[in-house]
Amino acid sequence: MVNADQLLVQPLPVGSKDKLSGGWWGVLALIVTEGSLFGYLLFAYFYLASQAEQHWPPAGLPDLLLPSINTAILLASSVCVWASERCIRKKQTQWAIAAMALAIVLGAFFVGIQLNEWDKKTYGMSSDLYGSLYFTITGFHLLHVVIGLAILSLLLVWISFSYFNEKRHVAITIGGVYWHFVDVVWLFVFATLYLFPYL
Amino acid sequence: MAISDLTHSPADVSPSDPPGDDRLSRVPDFGRAPVGSAAETHLVHIWEAAPGWRGSLSTVDHKTIGLRYIVTAFIFLLIGGIEALIMRLQLAGPSLTLLTPEQYSQLFTMHGVTMIFLYALPILSGFSNYLWPLLLGSRDMAFPRLNALSYWIFLFAGIFMYASFPIGQAPNAGWFNYVPFAGPIYNTGPNIDVFALGMVLLGISTTVGSVNFVVTLFRMRAPGMTINRVPILVWGTLTASVANLLVIPAVSLAFFLLWLDRQMGTYFFDVANGGKPLLWQHLFWIFGHPWVYAIVLPAMGIVSDALPTFCRRPLVGYAAMALATMATMLIGFEVWIHHMFATGLPTVALSIFGAASMVISIPSSVAVFSWIATIWLGRPVFKTPFLFFAGFVILFVIGGLSGVMTAAVSLDWQLNDTYFIVAHLHYVLLGINVFPVIGGIYYWFPKFTGRMMDEKMGKWSFWVMFIGFNAGFFPMHISGLLGMPRRVYTYSSRMGWDTVNMITSIGSFVFAIGVLIFLVNVAISLKRGARAGANPWDAATLEWSVPSPPPAYNFAVIPVVASRHPLWEDRIGESGNRSSLEEGYLLMEGRETIGTSPIDAVPEIILKMPDDSYTPFFVGLFVSLVFVGMLLHWWNFTGLMIILTIVALIVWMWPRKTLVQRLPDAPQREAHG
Repeated sequence: MVNADQLLVQPLPVGSKDKLSGGWWGVLALIVTEGSLFGYLLFAYFYLASQAEQHWPPAGLPDLLLPSINTAILLASSVCVWASERCIRKKQTQWAIAAMALAIVLGAFFVGIQLNEWDKKTYGMSSDLYGSLYFTITGFHLLHVVIGLAILSLLLVWISFSYFNEKRHVAITIGGVYWHFVDVVWLFVFATLYLFPYL
Repeated sequence: MAISDLTHSPADVSPSDPPGDDRLSRVPDFGRAPVGSAAETHLVHIWEAAPGWRGSLSTVDHKTIGLRYIVTAFIFLLIGGIEALIMRLQLAGPSLTLLTPEQYSQLFTMHGVTMIFLYALPILSGFSNYLWPLLLGSRDMAFPRLNALSYWIFLFAGIFMYASFPIGQAPNAGWFNYVPFAGPIYNTGPNIDVFALGMVLLGISTTVGSVNFVVTLFRMRAPGMTINRVPILVWGTLTASVANLLVIPAVSLAFFLLWLDRQMGTYFFDVANGGKPLLWQHLFWIFGHPWVYAIVLPAMGIVSDALPTFCRRPLVGYAAMALATMATMLIGFEVWIHHMFATGLPTVALSIFGAASMVISIPSSVAVFSWIATIWLGRPVFKTPFLFFAGFVILFVIGGLSGVMTAAVSLDWQLNDTYFIVAHLHYVLLGINVFPVIGGIYYWFPKFTGRMMDEKMGKWSFWVMFIGFNAGFFPMHISGLLGMPRRVYTYSSRMGWDTVNMITSIGSFVFAIGVLIFLVNVAISLKRGARAGANPWDAATLEWSVPSPPPAYNFAVIPVVASRHPLWEDRIGESGNRSSLEEGYLLMEGRETIGTSPIDAVPEIILKMPDDSYTPFFVGLFVSLVFVGMLLHWWNFTGLMIILTIVALIVWMWPRKTLVQRLPDAPQREAHG
């Protein structure tokens, strides 16, 4: 029940304020639908893998060392984005810029290492069913990382233009949670493509 | 809550509150803004779109977008209907040669694609876009620009999917497009690529539209409109939108993988290389069945909201209806395999999915009994919309019963891929979608246009449509039981199917005449219909509290809602609470509306709404051209369009001072407060 006194006398925030903003709810809905997309991709992988007649994966068990390091790099970049937003809240803009820049560098490292992984594969997208799955799934994820990096770069520009302060910075919250999502999805992709074959 | 409680002066702010910057927070003014007052004139100035083509391309008004959706989707309905009539001419008698088999395949595919994807959901999105903010007491949807984008992409995707029709290369593998026939080996032309890419494009439109509905429900309701006071149409569209967020990716992915198989040499559905055609069927129907509910639940909501107006009483069983809506969808996620009973899956799976399909009849029955009880306990007024809604209940029951029959695995093996299924799905989709939609147009036409539709022609259109529909589709049950397979382009007279097919063809043309009467009625009423006041039907919900057609700003003041039937409170007087419609939040420092809490609708924030903008149009255009480039293998062009899309998106997302996404310019008093 709405309390009428409450309705009138309390000042209400104006505009895009933190998690009261439409954008925050919008990005959560986007994450639900994008999460479903990856769910269906992995469903396709398990569906086809469970019925495969040949040895799976055909090229033998994947090497784990570099992909594991890469996973750590991606997670570290998530921590940096989190730190950047925290610095904005604490009015430490310079640190926020540094943390965001570091997050972008780490993300770019991830892309570089992943492209190198692709390069080392002896199979391609159209050489066999596993190749189709591997390159499509990692390709979808890499595309999301690249989009995420573009978003982080925009945030970096906006922070250095002093667009935000501790009271108004919802763009960082929204862009940040999208980046966290991209990183969490990688854990599922990594577990499916790299760890699952060892079971 | 009494109105007298609402007249406290904003000056009552307790002295302990820090003096804030009123650009970042303020107490919203409360008051009146009657038509013609200075405040009301100011609102018009703030909210109205620019005249001419500029306004047409840049408007983000949900009412304009909603009407565009309705008109565009209705045009697709007419196109799909003409395709059906041509097919019925071909099937009117045995061994006719009006169409070649290939032409027939393309026609039935485009008929299905058009009706299911380009008509059935978009028309409901049109109703919801137009009505939601008016039903909820808001000045717009949560994301007005996203709303415009959703329409433009829908329009472009529709044009895209028809692009290869004139050159005789339209999609030809049925609307569910099974592989391997839709794969690269058996279908070498551009037909399926057009369909595949068009569906991914349309999926973007549906997804952003669904995000908008979900966020609007949770953030944009008038103060006091608690979650148990929202109209059933809102429940229907919300449920459909949540489902779309979860299942659209399945079909978009399926079509994208198919395109990769066809153009990039992958093997997802290629049996010779370990791919599985059944993967297509799973991904398609994981989407496809919830989609069936997505295209009927909002239409059921139209009936649940509009029927009570003509029964002169509130809907019987509001809570039961809201729960039935959601239960239908929840179970609807667990039934997709009933489309695949004949594919050789294990019996256990068939039993579970068959049982779940039958369980759906329980929430459906709750809804049916709720409507019947509303008519039974009310004092029905037999206006045209009532006839359409009552007719809908009958068709719903017939379509539901044939649905329970096909949910039985053993019977389904007999009926699968026969005309019985065609009869069932048309009873369900025309009965539960087209009849409520046309009834809904009769009902809301005065709100849309300020004029009433002609009642006499309205009754004619109903009876001709209703008789034509049953004459056209009921005999299909019989031709199905006689063993006539669906999608055959002709048949021999020795099969004994001549008479039923002739009756079906005659019925379909009678139905078409009914639609034609409706269209003539629309055309005449637009020009010469009687003027309608704000509430010509004496209805109960908020959209009828504003003038017809509504002003650009919707509500001069944001109302405070105290019950489920704000305009009937004097008569029903449930708890003595009265909604405040004349007096409310003024909010006129630029485009503003109130954001409330998700469950209790307590005001939480003053939301700044974006101005009209060209960016949605250009993002929609560039994204669509990306798909054109992919279809034609113009890779440089595709790359250029991707870059332009990104540029347009950056322009769109750039933080605006007017939306207080970034800091306003002027010095701030609260600097270190």
